[in-house]
Amino acid sequence: MGASTLPPDRARKLALSTFADTTFTSPELIRNFCIIAHIDHGKSTLADRMLQLTGVVEDRAMRAQYLDRMDIERERGITIKAQNVRLPWRVDGQDHVLHLIDTPGHVDFTYEVSRSLAACEGAILLVDAAQGIEAQTLANLYLALEHDLTIIPVLNKIDLPAAEPEKYAAELAHIIGCEPSDVLKVSAKTGMGVGELLDEAVRQIPPPTGQTDSPARAMIFDSVYDTYRGVVTYIRVVDGRIMPRERIRMMSTGATHELLEVGIISPEPKPCPGLGVGEVGYLITGVKDVRQSKVGDTITLERKGAKEALGGYREPKPMVYAGLYPVDGSDYPELREALDKLQLNDAALTYEPETSAALGFGFRCGFLGLLHLEITRDRLEREAGLDLISTAPNVVYRVRLDDGTEQEVTNPSDWPTGKIAEIFEPITRCTVIAPNEFVGAIMELCQSRRGQLDGMDYLSESRVELRYTLPLAEIIYDFFDSLKSRTRGYASLDYEESGEQSSDLVKVDILLQGEPVDAFSAIVHKDGAYAYGTRMATKLRELIPRQQYEVPIQAAIGSRVIARETIRAIRKDVLAKCYGGDITRKRKLLEKQKEGKKRMKMVGRVEVPQEAFVAALSTEESSDKGKGKK
Amino acid sequence: MPSTLPDGEPVPSDGSLPPEALSTFGRRPFGVYVHVPFCATRCGYCDFNTYTPGELGGAASPDSWAEAARRELELAATVLGDGRPVDTVFVGGGTPSLLGADRLVEVLGWIRDTLGLAPDAEVTTEANPESTSPRFFETLRAGGYTRVSLGMQSAARHVLAVLDRQHSPGRAAASAREARAAGFEHVNLDLIYGTPGETDQDLLASLDTVVEAGVDHVSAYALIVEDGTALARRVRRGDLPAPDDDVLAARYELLDDTLGRAGFGWYEVSNWALTSAGPGARCRHNLGYWTGGDWWGVGPGAHSHVGGVRWWNVKHPARYAGLLTQGRTPAAGREVLAEADQLVERVLLELRVVNGLPVEVLAGSARAEAEAAASEGLLDPEALRSGRAVLTRRGRLLADGVVRRLVA
Repeated sequence: MGASTLPPDRARKLALSTFADTTFTSPELIRNFCIIAHIDHGKSTLADRMLQLTGVVEDRAMRAQYLDRMDIERERGITIKAQNVRLPWRVDGQDHVLHLIDTPGHVDFTYEVSRSLAACEGAILLVDAAQGIEAQTLANLYLALEHDLTIIPVLNKIDLPAAEPEKYAAELAHIIGCEPSDVLKVSAKTGMGVGELLDEAVRQIPPPTGQTDSPARAMIFDSVYDTYRGVVTYIRVVDGRIMPRERIRMMSTGATHELLEVGIISPEPKPCPGLGVGEVGYLITGVKDVRQSKVGDTITLERKGAKEALGGYREPKPMVYAGLYPVDGSDYPELREALDKLQLNDAALTYEPETSAALGFGFRCGFLGLLHLEITRDRLEREAGLDLISTAPNVVYRVRLDDGTEQEVTNPSDWPTGKIAEIFEPITRCTVIAPNEFVGAIMELCQSRRGQLDGMDYLSESRVELRYTLPLAEIIYDFFDSLKSRTRGYASLDYEESGEQSSDLVKVDILLQGEPVDAFSAIVHKDGAYAYGTRMATKLRELIPRQQYEVPIQAAIGSRVIARETIRAIRKDVLAKCYGGDITRKRKLLEKQKEGKKRMKMVGRVEVPQEAFVAALSTEESSDKGKGKK
Repeated sequence: MPSTLPDGEPVPSDGSLPPEALSTFGRRPFGVYVHVPFCATRCGYCDFNTYTPGELGGAASPDSWAEAARRELELAATVLGDGRPVDTVFVGGGTPSLLGADRLVEVLGWIRDTLGLAPDAEVTTEANPESTSPRFFETLRAGGYTRVSLGMQSAARHVLAVLDRQHSPGRAAASAREARAAGFEHVNLDLIYGTPGETDQDLLASLDTVVEAGVDHVSAYALIVEDGTALARRVRRGDLPAPDDDVLAARYELLDDTLGRAGFGWYEVSNWALTSAGPGARCRHNLGYWTGGDWWGVGPGAHSHVGGVRWWNVKHPARYAGLLTQGRTPAAGREVLAEADQLVERVLLELRVVNGLPVEVLAGSARAEAEAAASEGLLDPEALRSGRAVLTRRGRLLADGVVRRLVA
């Protein structure tokens, strides 16, 4: 072999690539793991380094953050859709196959994260050595521990001057119950310690176990729509073998599909002759919609298939609803088309047409959470070039009426008018981690949002974990922003749904000259109704230009007015002079004003500029929202 | 900073007009506007096309301007032919009085020689009170001028100071009296209201002064803070409060009431004439702007309109003079108005005058809007019944909104 003529390093890469390119690897030589990390703590950089070090990506082909493919992910620094990659690695003279499973990095995708974790036996807990663990990382860590994953604690960015590896090693050791010396120290940026980390992954993480001779069972941990290939489904084989050209069955629905291709990712997709126990790869069936290939579902073969599905499957269920409207009403068909397209790749997104008297034609959309909403909106605006208005998001309410009937309300417009006996709203368990100096500020905020303190722990001398039960409705509207601004960006937040509670809620309507503006109606707690009404009325008074008549703005619960503002009538709307006969200038000014008028929406007789809706519906500090949470 | 010119299409270098524009020339009143782009100092609120000696350096002078203006009048005569003598002349600026009475008379002579002057022509010049004298007015009157317009702005010293005006509070009225003594029947005083720091009392005092001066015409303009002016910078810095629209509206009503009691009636949104002085007190030249008349604007940055074609000259006096020296038109651009644009302009302009707009030019939907506007107190219902859309006083204050409705 010509290996001796190559530099030793290069030779190792070539040899290993050959090894990992072949599937049906013996399970004891396979290690499946993911990286749990907070945004900006260096997960993607570490993954990049692993790709390089194992030789599957040549240095010059290296693209920063290889695994994050979408622009938005790159801009926001978050991973939305998981990718996975098969890597070769030799330890003590033995070749191994590593499957690195990339997890989505946001609170709204907890279920998807849990499925990614379920595909692994181990997890690298990656924490910034200058910042320590964050709430969401902690939540995912607990999730990983629930799945009995082997945890390898790692501090990243130890080359930074601000790094405090000793302090944060102690913190990690305290949290997971190991010795500070067990915490590995790496710099994903320079590559320092990454080889050792891979060695430890092979040594510490248990190999997958599964029955080679049993009927095939594989779990879907991700499902992505590709324009050319249709849906690409990422699976982890648990038992048996998945072979191309067989028919497979989705166990949740019983639907069967022809298997057109089975392959591995290293890091580009490569077809392979099949996947064995413990192996991770992709399959293509020709379906065109990710709903037909759902995350968490179990795949088996049609012939001699398994009888029992793997556990843990759940239908995606929208938690947060908002109306999305094109700013320019004629863009409605484009919006529908863009949503259709997006839904191919997003099993959790729901939408149905809705009409608003104020905003025109749009869609009522269901999302997993607030970030899911923002990402969706962002992608619609960016990828389809649409200008959108979104109404204030709301949660799903269960309303029991006096006559014993029950209604599920996903839109304030559908709030029942009959006598209401009881209202139930979803609640969440929230975790906030922050330096202890902010405990007071956080408690104040959570209390003002109807939170109940469940517990508080010191992670280290200076950092505290606070656990709260909060209504979901209270955290989907500007809660992240408030938390960030009250803690100078230091607090991190995680939440998970936690059932429902009975609450004293009311619907507040906003009326312009006596006409309710549906887009501004909101379901709020009785104690917050006045504040909401006053805030909206004040905002609108500032945003709506003066009209020829006085325009009263009222906030009302039913027929009871709780707040009132007035837009005084305009008294002067005339340009005094004629600019030395420059009539052209005057006419062009008029034409501009006419254009402006076209962008006005009529609410009764009141002309409301589009921008007023946008501004009134946005939160106060919308500027830096979305760039993750610190 | 002078304001910018509109975008338009190029003009043939000989300044010629499309035949369809020329074919109707002569059927409408014809005016000549002469722009004198010089001022001794620049006032902080002004964005007109005018220059101080310091700003010009040696690039242009009143002499080079006069020579160029004469050439432009010759060009006008060539382009227009002798279809109609000039009905009105208006020399504005800038500060025409800086040229001196003799030169102003000379300019009028060129107009007479090139285009011809109607026997009953109205001939106005603007003048700044601080640069006039009895002698100045006598020369003008003898030379054929029939009307003077004096920039008074205010009778309050602190208001004049904010506006950077050089004259003392009593000077404008004195100047008006001198003009009348020199035989001018028609004298206008220009006011600006709503200047930061001006009170209702200040405005009333200014109006008293105007009435006492015995003029037959008053123009009153709400102060507009124009982008790029020193005033705009002072407002932006917070040194001066921006004029408040509600205050401006109240001042307008105060003005209109006070002038009304003194016998003045509005004939254009910002212009009032002494009713007892008859129709001759109204400025025919300015009415030409509002009612679709033809006029040739002579001078740097001047705008013209003939038969549905609007054009405008290059702004800088040196460039202006240079083009004319080369025998080329000084026009920087023009637009040939489409029929729809002409209708929009009619609504825009004619609605501002007291005779209003004939309703028959409006489309059906716009007529319905006019009815609605009348029921809302913006248009005079009686006038509307007789076929004209005429603004009420509330309508005058909201005129732009009414126009938007009638052209929508």
